[in-house]
Amino acid sequence: MKKTIAGTEVDVNEEGYLTDMNQWTPEMADAIAGEEGVAPLTDDHRKVLTYLRELQAQHASITIRGVGKSGVVTTKELYALFPGGPLKKASKIAGIPKPVGCI
Amino acid sequence: MNSEKPAPVKKICIIVSKGSLDGVYPALIMANGARMEGIEASLFFTFFGLNALNQTTLDDLKVATVGNSALNMAMPMLGLPMTMPFPTVLGALPGVSNFATHLMNKEMEKLDVPPVREFLELISDSGGKIFACKLAMDMFKLKKEDLWDGVDDVLTVGQFYEESAGEGTHILFT
Repeated sequence: MKKTIAGTEVDVNEEGYLTDMNQWTPEMADAIAGEEGVAPLTDDHRKVLTYLRELQAQHASITIRGVGKSGVVTTKELYALFPGGPLKKASKIAGIPKPVGCI
Repeated sequence: MNSEKPAPVKKICIIVSKGSLDGVYPALIMANGARMEGIEASLFFTFFGLNALNQTTLDDLKVATVGNSALNMAMPMLGLPMTMPFPTVLGALPGVSNFATHLMNKEMEKLDVPPVREFLELISDSGGKIFACKLAMDMFKLKKEDLWDGVDDVLTVGQFYEESAGEGTHILFT
């Protein structure tokens, strides 16, 4: 389905995740973060978003353990930055698919 | 047709009474998974489950290979069909439990499931709570200093239920 985020029409799934990560812009991150109750985004948030987008671009698996050990952000910081489901929210804001793993 | 959204799970409290690797991992995975979904999580280790908090044992939990009639499930880890039986008497042979443990640890690492100590840290860092059962501690002659450093508290049964209070809380026994 279509949705207009930050003035641009993009393709999203029924949960609001972008279906094409290339349609994403940093401005959309702010808009989605607002909807998710995470705004305003800081540089620390953006570092995580960039890292997740890099992982997704490489089709690497995204796990809470992997992100917590990445050196980009600790587990504690990740939960503090994106309260209430850190990987799900961060992925949505980063314009990448919802993580499918259990870890 | 019910258009109302079902009431969400807000908190999950898991009682861990088994101390084998295969007895402990499911609880750790469920607790971590809850935190990832924004659900509060607490783990209450009791009876042999305390093996997973005891500093001297928690890095060496083993897969139970005796009395586990579903061990055929592990056969694919050896490249063998899942239908191949694993007689329990084999599980009693020296080294078999160690070997099964080694196999499971290897598979878990591939799936990015951390070892027990790191898993406890992950859950704790994510805001999950780790509790030990006072009665079981007394029975096994354990003191708080014998346990992993990140244990939040040693609780009585009553205190555990108090800690579990709230609408949307679910308590699981494993």
